Amino acid sequence: MIETILTIVLAIISLMAAVYAVLTKKTLNAIIASGIISLLASIMFLLVSAPDVAMTEAAIGSGLTTVVFLYALKHIKDRRSTHDD
Amino acid sequence: MIKYLLIALVLIGMGWLFLPLATEYFTPTQLNNLAANYVYGSAADLNMPNAVTSVVVTYRGLDTLGEVTVLFLATAGVGFFLKRKNSIKSKRRHGSEILKSGADLLAPLIILFGIYIFTHGHLTPGGGFPGGVVLASAFLLLLMAQEHFTFSHSVIQFTESLSGIAYVFIGLAGLLLLGLNHFLDPRWLNLGQWGKLFSAGAVPLIYSFIGLKVGSEMSGMLDSLQSDGGDE
Repeated sequence: MIETILTIVLAIISLMAAVYAVLTKKTLNAIIASGIISLLASIMFLLVSAPDVAMTEAAIGSGLTTVVFLYALKHIKDRRSTHDD
Repeated sequence: MIKYLLIALVLIGMGWLFLPLATEYFTPTQLNNLAANYVYGSAADLNMPNAVTSVVVTYRGLDTLGEVTVLFLATAGVGFFLKRKNSIKSKRRHGSEILKSGADLLAPLIILFGIYIFTHGHLTPGGGFPGGVVLASAFLLLLMAQEHFTFSHSVIQFTESLSGIAYVFIGLAGLLLLGLNHFLDPRWLNLGQWGKLFSAGAVPLIYSFIGLKVGSEMSGMLDSLQSDGGDE
């Protein structure tokens, strides 16, 4: 019972994060919101007793993907600032 | 205005498509034939406590081989498009004191944890892919914390190609020693005792090679992302 409630709460939070990631004007906030979605998804995988998938999702989805996006954002910003000069 | 209308229409359409998933869902109370074969075969034939690993590495081993190949192509593409520029000129920021001290303490522990995850893939949850990514995250921490930290790209590439080739050769060893229809069968090594580290045939070897391959690929990719684009 408590697991169902927790799953619903997590699902609602991740839906809110997804909508925020689409609507926000700042790309950095959108990247962090998508990282949060992956983290919450990994908790949900743990709740349905799939620890293998949860580990992979936490490491790749919320760790590595966020970092790769952040590096890409940094490169875009660098390029913009050199073109503006 | 019409854009929002179209978006709403697409959303309603997707909801209508996925509606049967919600309404016709029922919780299965027993395993179907295929799943029962996998779960009981994992314990009886392969001597492996983690049934997920037995599916990923053994029963669906070809899929894993393909997945490793796809990952290799993806990281090769990243390395191709992000050409390494003069690493002396690339501007790396100083890591803060907190990040430096934290990285000094945590990086060896994270490397150890990554190695634990991929060597114990047949006993506990985890395996080559998460373990390799955890390894790469330790390298990322060091790259961010220490300004002058570099690792040799030839060593990384050598590790990567060697582990890829070793994985294929382990698969071929099953074909040679056990006969046809046994490609990627790990039973050519001793199955060992239930629950010990060196058990379940060649599965710990396969997962260690996959972990090393994924870890070195990801570290190389993060390093080329870090060093590229400093100056046009």
